[in-house]
Amino acid sequence: MDKIHPSEITPEPLYLSRRQFIAAAGTVAAGIALSACGLASPTTSPTITTNLKASKDMDELGDPLTAYDTITHYNNFYEFSFDKEDVAERAQNFKTSPWTVQVGGLVNKPRTFGLEDLLKFEQEERIYRLRCVEGWSMVIPWIGFPLSKLLAQVEPRSSAKYVRFETLLDRQQMPMQRTSYFQWPYAEGLRLDEAMHPLTILATGLYGKPLPPQDGAPIRLVVPWKYGFKSCKSIVKIDLVEEMPVSFWMASAPDEYGFYANVNPDVSHPRWSQATERRIGELSRRKTLMFNGYAEQVASLYAGMDLRKFF
Amino acid sequence: MVNRLRTHWLRLIVHIGVWLPLIWILWDALHNRLGAEPIREIILRTGKTALVLLILSLACTPANSWLGFREALRVRRALGLYAFMYATVHLLIFVGVDYAFDWSLLYDAIFERPYALVGFAAFLVLLPIAMTSTQGWMKRLGQTWTRLHRGVYVAALLVIVHFVWSVKLDVREPLTYGAIVVALLILRLPPLRRKTSRRPSIPSILRRHHSNDAI
Repeated sequence: MDKIHPSEITPEPLYLSRRQFIAAAGTVAAGIALSACGLASPTTSPTITTNLKASKDMDELGDPLTAYDTITHYNNFYEFSFDKEDVAERAQNFKTSPWTVQVGGLVNKPRTFGLEDLLKFEQEERIYRLRCVEGWSMVIPWIGFPLSKLLAQVEPRSSAKYVRFETLLDRQQMPMQRTSYFQWPYAEGLRLDEAMHPLTILATGLYGKPLPPQDGAPIRLVVPWKYGFKSCKSIVKIDLVEEMPVSFWMASAPDEYGFYANVNPDVSHPRWSQATERRIGELSRRKTLMFNGYAEQVASLYAGMDLRKFF
Repeated sequence: MVNRLRTHWLRLIVHIGVWLPLIWILWDALHNRLGAEPIREIILRTGKTALVLLILSLACTPANSWLGFREALRVRRALGLYAFMYATVHLLIFVGVDYAFDWSLLYDAIFERPYALVGFAAFLVLLPIAMTSTQGWMKRLGQTWTRLHRGVYVAALLVIVHFVWSVKLDVREPLTYGAIVVALLILRLPPLRRKTSRRPSIPSILRRHHSNDAI
């Protein structure tokens, strides 16, 4: 992967405002700060992490990557905080080592994987759009591996129809789990064919770095054609099951969140339209694409299904 | 000067205070502190300010009739109009910036699902109330004016529904505002009002003491 200039991966408004900020701070102060950080470029904010890597600066549709700083400071991770801009701080001391993922259920070879085992799967970059059910979106260069490779190792039995994912339950480290407002731990599910789809990955990093806690460290699911909440974070358990699992959001608000949660501009959330979204970094909204722009690859999974009914 | 301050302190606080949320937004915007979704943040903040000011204006009459805080009546209209101002900014940014006046997208956003529609309905209820807030209209409309302006409770309840529907799941905050609106509404219901009838209501106060004073 080529190392790319950080200014190429920062949305222009943010990048420009940083430039203004630095100009305003005065060249002397900026010079001291930058030399202290060992950064060569005077247009890079000293707070932006170095060593960010992405093979391209855009997705396959030509839309620029969302800045690392934004991806890591705008997170829905209710275990830490309900405030998206507060999660990074609340999660900073989250312990992700040692970490194990127990894979079992209807499989021939159940196994507990250590994080080091999971990192032995060939890690590749996937630049995916992430569309939140709340109506915002990002473009993220994930690092990870196809879930199908992991599932192949445990050999699902023919009776397995669904895959259930579970997030860590740790009331010490994840303070919001002490509230009884929700049913913890967070759980999600996929149909087996969705889980085996080549686009579905387990992510271990982004921008060439290990996942920070707020983005679901050390390992999380990424299903780019579904709303973000399907992409379960900080996974400790993966079970192959026969019955459709009940996800966290299905349990919390069954009228509003279905099992499938495919990105679909024509099927509104019961209270708001899903026809548009705001790409973080842009001012006005843009139209939401069917299956988040992955229709060509995944539409066949749902052939003949009424997507209004199976929302 | 000191005397004037003593008489007008509440009006001074209101007329200066109402601009602070707007100044705060502009300050944060200039310093890039509105977060990852600045437009959404501005919409949320202007909306919430509108609701708070609306609630304060609804609290003025009970403050007088229950607590004898007559000074409150002098800022009631101003608070209501400022609430309407923030509601207008809230709506204009939604239509003009968030949706960039794209009417087909807006049609979908407003009519496809109820939360934006309810907010818009609240605005339509407030519009004639704001337009007839002057004393000229008050005299011209007579009893109709009173009836029309009771619509402000309808608007407040619609705003609460709009707020509750707009949040993803945790409705504690909008329901707190809702409880306040309902409490203020109950304080004005006829059986309770009769108990305080010895204290003058606003129109009579206006006529007797402050006939050329803005409330």
